[in-house]
Amino acid sequence: MDYDSKISQVIRDLPRSGIRDFFELVIGRSDVISLGVGEPDKPTPWPIRESVIRSLEKGQTSYTSNLGLESLRVAISEYVTKQFRVTYDPKTEILVTVGVSEALDIAFRAVLNPGDEVIYHEPCYVSYSPSIKMAYGVPVVVQTREENEFALMAEDVEKAITPKTKILAMNFPTNPTGGIMPEAELEKIAALAVKHDLIVFTDEIYSELLYDGRQHKSIVEYPGMRERTVLLHGFSKAFAMTGWRLGYACAPAPLREAMMKIHQYCMLCAPIMSQMAGLEALKMGASAYEDMRQSYEQRRNLIVSRLNGMGLHCFNPGGAFYVFPDIRSTGLTSKEFAIQLLEKKSVAVVPGSAFSSAGEGFVRCCYATAPELIAKAMDLMEEFVNEVRGAK
Amino acid sequence: MDPLIELLRNNSNQSHKDVALALGLSEAEVAARVAAAEADGTILGYSAVVDRLKAGDRRVTALIEVRITPEPNGGFDRLARRIAKFDQVRDCFLMSGGYDLAVIVEGKDLLDVATFVAEKLSTLGGVLSTATHFQLKPYKQGGFLANGLGDEERLPVAP
Repeated sequence: MDYDSKISQVIRDLPRSGIRDFFELVIGRSDVISLGVGEPDKPTPWPIRESVIRSLEKGQTSYTSNLGLESLRVAISEYVTKQFRVTYDPKTEILVTVGVSEALDIAFRAVLNPGDEVIYHEPCYVSYSPSIKMAYGVPVVVQTREENEFALMAEDVEKAITPKTKILAMNFPTNPTGGIMPEAELEKIAALAVKHDLIVFTDEIYSELLYDGRQHKSIVEYPGMRERTVLLHGFSKAFAMTGWRLGYACAPAPLREAMMKIHQYCMLCAPIMSQMAGLEALKMGASAYEDMRQSYEQRRNLIVSRLNGMGLHCFNPGGAFYVFPDIRSTGLTSKEFAIQLLEKKSVAVVPGSAFSSAGEGFVRCCYATAPELIAKAMDLMEEFVNEVRGAK
Repeated sequence: MDPLIELLRNNSNQSHKDVALALGLSEAEVAARVAAAEADGTILGYSAVVDRLKAGDRRVTALIEVRITPEPNGGFDRLARRIAKFDQVRDCFLMSGGYDLAVIVEGKDLLDVATFVAEKLSTLGGVLSTATHFQLKPYKQGGFLANGLGDEERLPVAP
């Protein structure tokens, strides 16, 4: 059978995730020090796991409301108020989802008509462009640049706006760069969104992981933004809960309702075990992640110094747990760099090109890894860089 | 707590260079501060946390609850310090609750510990009673889970 003709054109034309390709090179090798992951190195804090064991013992295994457990939505509302200084009604403005990935997908599908344009920034997490295309939208890329520490510049956003622009999608701190938004720029972008009547999706998944005493500021906090913002957040990164697949969307009631329609038919509800875990995580609040955040900050200092020390320029990222060093001085492409480093030194990093063409010339290193492994990986990477330069 | 001390408390097996980079200090500064902490007794020492079964160590460990008579001027201190000085004693704490001192003792076998308790500990003037509990199996020590109780591995590459 000609399966190509049977598969939806949109799906056929989607590229495979570049991370998947690289994953297949690494999998099965046991000798590798991996800086290639996108998750915390510690498992979910034990009180959260323990609470789920208890809930299973009590037999809490049923469906929940499509919206998610009311107790969890109330807890989310309180947490979001504290974290973002914006309050959402747990009954009408919050939806519990299967990770931020689902929330992002249904938010695009709820808002976009075919041909509507979505502005987003690259390099970015791998799912933005495919999610937009799967919702029949048109992705419009704005590149963030190293000279701006990978922050999104209002000037660049403005140039990308057309009469067809419907959504601006943002994610700061950003995977894979660790870039954050300076408040002045955020304010200008908020003003643009209001001026051009855009809907803004803000993916806040790394918002707890900020360093050097910074306080997180979200675009939703600016005047005129709450009514046009879909705030997406989840438990994966700060609470080390990647495998639970638990996220949520906060949005004005009509937008939440539109997302809920899709969610109720395709997902029904997020798994109750994960929701119980989320409830316990929010009870713990910052105590669940503050020690890890401090430890990440120290590891960031270590890895940034070592990378710059070996002549790979690396800006000091303000958030998330990634560094994004510039490897162009080696004369290698980011894919060549990552593959040769893996083959010769058994250290795994992810080529920046996996996060769009804007990531070419960079590699992503995750420092949510034990400090002694980071130090060892940096020793090996330094050897590698010296060998590559010596051979030139 | 001083972040340097906190960092070493969690993992003392990092080079001064790596510690310096993590904390934004110079290597010389780290060396000086560690030396000062060692000299003033803030850092008492360093040791590896060892899975003794795996290391083939067949020695036994006991927790001994000791009740003692406080003395008019020194309270529990003089006697507690005396007990702590025995080489067999790994840890010695003054406790709240039903007994006074928790003494962790290591010996080459049961008889060795029993002899220590019967001949050295119980016979000290001021010791009222002892109750000896032998450790059977470790699940967590010094903050580390015993082998096999550790956590699942992550995928080597993830988005």
